[in-house]
Amino acid sequence: MAKNDLQGTLDLLVLKTLSQVREMHGYGIVAHIQQASDDLLRVEEGSLYPALHRMEQQGWIAADWAMTETNRKAKYYKLTAAGRKRLQEEEKNFEHLVKGVRAILRYA
Amino acid sequence: MSLLRRIANLFSRSKVDREIDAEFRFHIEMRIEENVARGMSPEEARRDALRRFGNLSSTKENVTSADAALTLYSVWSDIRYAGRQLRKNPGFSSTAILVLALGMCASVAIFAFVDAVLIRPLPYQSPSRLIALFESTSLGPRFHLSYLDYLDWKRHNKVFDSLEAYDNLFFALSTATGTQRVPGAAVSAGFFRTLGVAPILGRDFHDGEDIPSAPRTVLLSYAAWQNRYGSREDVLGQAVTLEGVPYVIIGVLPRQFHFAPAGPSEFWASLHESSDPNNRGNHGLWAIARLKDGATPQTASADMSSIAQQLARQYPDSDGGRGATVLPLSELIVGNLRPILLLLLSGAVLLLLIACVNVSGLILVRSENRRHEIAVRGALGASRMRLIRHFVTEGVLLTAAGSVLGAAAAYGAMHLLLRLVPANMLDGMPYLRELGLNPHVIGFAVATGLAMAILFSLTPILRLSLIDLRAGLVEGGRGGARTAWKHLGANLVVLELCTAMVLLVGAGLLGKSFYRLLHVDIGLQPDHLAMIGLRSPHFRYAKPEQIVALTRRVMEETGRLPGVQSVAVAQQAPVANVAGGNTAFEIIGRPQHGIAYEAVNRQVGGSYFGTIQARLVQGRYFTETDDDSKPRVMIVNQTFARKYFPGEDAIGKHIRYDASSPVIEIVGIVDDIKEGPLDAELQPVLYTPFNQEPANSFCIVVRTVHAPEELLKSLEGTVHGIDHDILAFNAETAEDRIHNLQSTYLHRSSAWLVGGFAAMALLLGVIGLYGVIAYSVSQRTREIGVRMALGAQRSSVYGLILKEAGRVMALGILSGAVCSVVTAWMMRKLLFATAPWDAGTLAAVAVMLAASALLASYIPARRAASVDPVEALRSE
Repeated sequence: MAKNDLQGTLDLLVLKTLSQVREMHGYGIVAHIQQASDDLLRVEEGSLYPALHRMEQQGWIAADWAMTETNRKAKYYKLTAAGRKRLQEEEKNFEHLVKGVRAILRYA
Repeated sequence: MSLLRRIANLFSRSKVDREIDAEFRFHIEMRIEENVARGMSPEEARRDALRRFGNLSSTKENVTSADAALTLYSVWSDIRYAGRQLRKNPGFSSTAILVLALGMCASVAIFAFVDAVLIRPLPYQSPSRLIALFESTSLGPRFHLSYLDYLDWKRHNKVFDSLEAYDNLFFALSTATGTQRVPGAAVSAGFFRTLGVAPILGRDFHDGEDIPSAPRTVLLSYAAWQNRYGSREDVLGQAVTLEGVPYVIIGVLPRQFHFAPAGPSEFWASLHESSDPNNRGNHGLWAIARLKDGATPQTASADMSSIAQQLARQYPDSDGGRGATVLPLSELIVGNLRPILLLLLSGAVLLLLIACVNVSGLILVRSENRRHEIAVRGALGASRMRLIRHFVTEGVLLTAAGSVLGAAAAYGAMHLLLRLVPANMLDGMPYLRELGLNPHVIGFAVATGLAMAILFSLTPILRLSLIDLRAGLVEGGRGGARTAWKHLGANLVVLELCTAMVLLVGAGLLGKSFYRLLHVDIGLQPDHLAMIGLRSPHFRYAKPEQIVALTRRVMEETGRLPGVQSVAVAQQAPVANVAGGNTAFEIIGRPQHGIAYEAVNRQVGGSYFGTIQARLVQGRYFTETDDDSKPRVMIVNQTFARKYFPGEDAIGKHIRYDASSPVIEIVGIVDDIKEGPLDAELQPVLYTPFNQEPANSFCIVVRTVHAPEELLKSLEGTVHGIDHDILAFNAETAEDRIHNLQSTYLHRSSAWLVGGFAAMALLLGVIGLYGVIAYSVSQRTREIGVRMALGAQRSSVYGLILKEAGRVMALGILSGAVCSVVTAWMMRKLLFATAPWDAGTLAAVAVMLAASALLASYIPARRAASVDPVEALRSE
């Protein structure tokens, strides 16, 4: 069965976000996830950063400091090639999970 | 992030810190801005942003721990923090480290000996397939076999690939400066091939090189090659004169080769025994063999026994009653050391256990005193994991320091112990040459260290899980945890006292058996007695009369030395590592029915029993005139008389060795004299006059009024004054001889070592008890103050504290007594004339332990009784 847990889901959300917006800082990612999910998903904001740093360690995303539109220094993250591959896997895993859970729900 | 950058991060920790801070700050500021934009007040916006972000410091810790290199860094900072903590409390740290080092030192040093003797394989090819062979007689299982028996064993057995004979002996080596006595061995041709040892230079013996007609050849030990021939390669083909006979050097043995049963042999000559059929009764060889594939020592034993039985039937005169003994070779080489080494190792491990328990106690007290610190750090956001990591780091640091110190001390200790072993005994234990900090020993040290590290990390963690972090903030809080700790601490002390008692009882019993051993009746007066071994050259003293004349002259001249009271000759000095030198005999007029009579056989001069001050029981001693011209006579010891003539008068009875030898009459019975080691059972001995059976190797025994040590030098001088070619060796006093016996030495060293362990265990146990009671008093100061303010007398305060100590003490001593008896019973074989449940030792140890424990608890009790109630209550 596909490996999946909450942490994996957070990774998926972050990777997907970065694949859509190309380059974003932590705050922007939180805001994007919230917006895109119609306020359904609210990430605990602090918990995002350990995940970002871990994914950076694994080489899925890369980071750089840059200026925002309001002229503030922020750390921007973007997807790497490995991250793109990882995103595909995570998406597949998630599809599996959803399918599986649905099947069980229907059976009941 | 590149690896390079990750490593660089280690050196720019503050930069990474700043970056993380900046990233978080940016996030929170963005949130605040948005909140304000949505209409919140600035204050409200800030609170909401922080709330939504969560715990800043723990998030930051999580972020840093995501970086492997940063994790390493935080471990390093933990180590530095732990180091600081330990330095801040030097009393605690140095005590703990020293106690651990002590336990580590003792167990690693003893383990090194265990490794060198018992674990390390012998330097032969598949040594576990090697067997030692003996003939058994009615006197015991390990006796020589004769050359003809060896040939028959070799021919008829179906269980050995090869079976070879050897004999350990001394050669008279002719050198430019005179004749020297050197240890040597004579071996059959396949001896080294059986061991799987090949010479590093030259060749091994050829098959058939060990028959009497073959030219004489010899192999050198590596040491002899180095010391006598300067490691020169042209040594091959050179001649060397042993016993006046030229031998050709054909090879050099490897450096690491040793074979303890043949002693520190320098010259390995080929055997040249005569196969004269009358020679079967001449038992003078040992044998080794290599098991065939599929054969076991059990099947070998069965096969050899049936061969021995066959030979006993075939040659009842020389082999009657003789069987075969089959032992693994390792049993022969290290078997006598195994029980003692295991005993010492258990002692050392018990000491290590006490040391660990002691340090655990110290750590518990410390973690108790740090409750407040832990609580504060917990409240400031340190996760439980983080706190646990601190404790683990401290435990590991403590253990590492103690282990390194202990291993270093062990290195010194094992060499010190080795130096305490007498040189001649060390020669018999060549495997000790390899003693050192080898991978086995280091592995043992590391494993022990790891176990200790786990123990010392778990102790405070267990403690931490018992308490509610927040409860520690309430100063003076008296929760259930505290009582739980007190019970745990008290139980640890019970364990310590129990272990200390076991070690003390062990030491007491070993000490007592050593004392008994030294005071055992050996049948002679060893004080003021000196002896020297002599060997006259064959070529000058070939006839018996010549030897007798020589011994007379030596005795005459020795008798003129100042202070000498009497002098005697004997073929062998009394009290030896192995009694040996036995003979079979038959009793005239008693049908044998295939039973073999065996006795130890000694030739002694007329003045011998008088000189050593033996006790005559019945009959007479020999005289100088009991020589070849007189009827053959003999004296037997009491064990002989009791064993072979029970309920009869032995005096006047006649025996002979075999059908071809003359009849001998028993003329006297002497009280038993120890011929073998002190702890061996007495054996039947028959003494015959030296003048009737002279030998060219003999010893001179001298009784003097002066200190016997002074005589030793002049004895040798006197002998060499008579004939420079006589070899003189082993000049020693009888008391030294007794003290330096292997069995005496083993008894003495085990008594001292276990005694040392026990003394340290006592000290540690008492310190442990003191710690627990002192801590309990410090915790109860206020309670005691209240009691005294309410009118309690000082005596009742004493009673209060001593009762607490007494309970722990009583439990420790009681459980200790039970465990000691069990332990002592397991080591009963190592005790001499001492019962494992020796009540005197048990009582003495219990009293000593109780007295020291009382003293240790008296000190804190006194402190408790001198509490000033006003002071104690003021702090409330």
